[in-house]
Amino acid sequence: MRRLVEQFLLPVLTLAAFVLLWQWGARHYPPEQFPAPSDVVKAIKELSDNGVLWTNIGISLARFAAAYLLAVLVAIPLGLFLGRFTRCHRAIDPLIQVLRPISPIAWFPLAVLWFGIGNAPAVFIIFLAAFYPILLTTVSAVRAVPAVYLKVSSNFGAGPAMTFLRVIVPAAFPGIMVGLHIAVGTAWIHLVAGEMLGAQSGLGFMIIDARNFLRTDQIMAGMLLVGLLGLAIYKGMKLLEGVIGRRWGVAG
Amino acid sequence: MSSETTAKIRLREVEKRFVSARGEDQIAVARLDLDIRAGEFVCLVGPSGCGKTTLINLMAGFEKPTTGEVIIDGKVATAPDPDHIMIFQDYGLYPWRTVLGNVLFGLQARKVPAAEAREKALATLELVGLSHAKDKHPHELSGGMKQRVSIARALAVEPSVLFMDEPFAALDAFTRLHLQDELLRIWNEKKPTVVFVTHDLDEAITLGERVVLMAPRPGRIQRILDVKLAHPRERTDHDFAVFRKQLFEEFHLVHRQAAEAAEYAI
Repeated sequence: MRRLVEQFLLPVLTLAAFVLLWQWGARHYPPEQFPAPSDVVKAIKELSDNGVLWTNIGISLARFAAAYLLAVLVAIPLGLFLGRFTRCHRAIDPLIQVLRPISPIAWFPLAVLWFGIGNAPAVFIIFLAAFYPILLTTVSAVRAVPAVYLKVSSNFGAGPAMTFLRVIVPAAFPGIMVGLHIAVGTAWIHLVAGEMLGAQSGLGFMIIDARNFLRTDQIMAGMLLVGLLGLAIYKGMKLLEGVIGRRWGVAG
Repeated sequence: MSSETTAKIRLREVEKRFVSARGEDQIAVARLDLDIRAGEFVCLVGPSGCGKTTLINLMAGFEKPTTGEVIIDGKVATAPDPDHIMIFQDYGLYPWRTVLGNVLFGLQARKVPAAEAREKALATLELVGLSHAKDKHPHELSGGMKQRVSIARALAVEPSVLFMDEPFAALDAFTRLHLQDELLRIWNEKKPTVVFVTHDLDEAITLGERVVLMAPRPGRIQRILDVKLAHPRERTDHDFAVFRKQLFEEFHLVHRQAAEAAEYAI
């Protein structure tokens, strides 16, 4: 009972209070400046009815998936390699440390110059946002593999390939999973930014487009959907993590 | 016939030095000789810093001696060898593998065909009494069970030498006694050469045919005690007490010397 109240009832009440406060607050301003939740819901319905919403969500999700997958495919192998070969890591680490603090957004002018307008610059920005967290956690996960695992492996005469694929990779996996998780968050945040800057479609573009027509209700509708979809992706990731954790024998 | 031809493991003037964090040259093990017969159960005991763990790591090939050599089966040991398996205090089990999967690891490393490997692994799990847990993951097991899995994993590849580095030190007293008896039963059945590091003197006398007492600064052999008692040993026997007393007296002497040396150093 207590659990039910704490886990379900309290959050729902907080949310309801927030919506009510918003609705009440919005009454004091013109809707073009500060739309009420009811206006936002109407805007969502309008966008949904004319199909704009679903097209843009589809495009955004596709861009996100492509960029994220690309980051995974590049960052994990590179991270495994750099984690395993300390000398290479030492050589390349300063470069990574200089590039990493540069916001993916700052790459935008170059991205347009190199890739033109369209999908590519947005994908590139999302890729960068996902790339560094995955790379860095993979490197540290490999380096944190307990020495005793490697001792056992060499004691039983396992070759380098077996040690790498059947000891280091699975041992580093829970750590890599943390990076994948962080990267989903950063990548999703940068999706909107990337689409606002150059793209002619997607949720980010939808928000910018609404601004151009002073449709504040649609701006907020876009924001709300970005938040909800982000939450859904995060929850999905959590679920996947749980399944893999049990499979890996690390979670109870 | 000299002992040189019959010894399974021979340490010849083995010395291990390393540079400490403060930049001092330290001698972990100082010019040490020791012969271990095939099938013998030898315990290394001593206070911390006596080099017993360094010594077993040298024998297992995880470290190389600064001078001298470790000779096993007539060959100089310079690297880990699947015929000489080390068992660690913290088990070294792979958490993503089941119990059976862990026991299979060594057989897979040897490229034993899958069906044969499985048969062998199941037989070894039977030997350590863990058949019922074969599909569990290590995190579902108690410490004693984990250590049995790691023993099974070692035995599955039929090594001629078992190196055991304080394998039961993290277990509660009851489990420890039980596993000591289990280990002796397995040793009697398979007769591998066992080198067993412990800081528990009773454990050393219960298990070892010979107990090698080591002393620190520098790490060296203080005394070798032949425990002429048949296995299984009754821990409450009079004869057991006699050996225990001898070892304890010697150990206290070592401890006192170490304490005095430490005081002197300060």
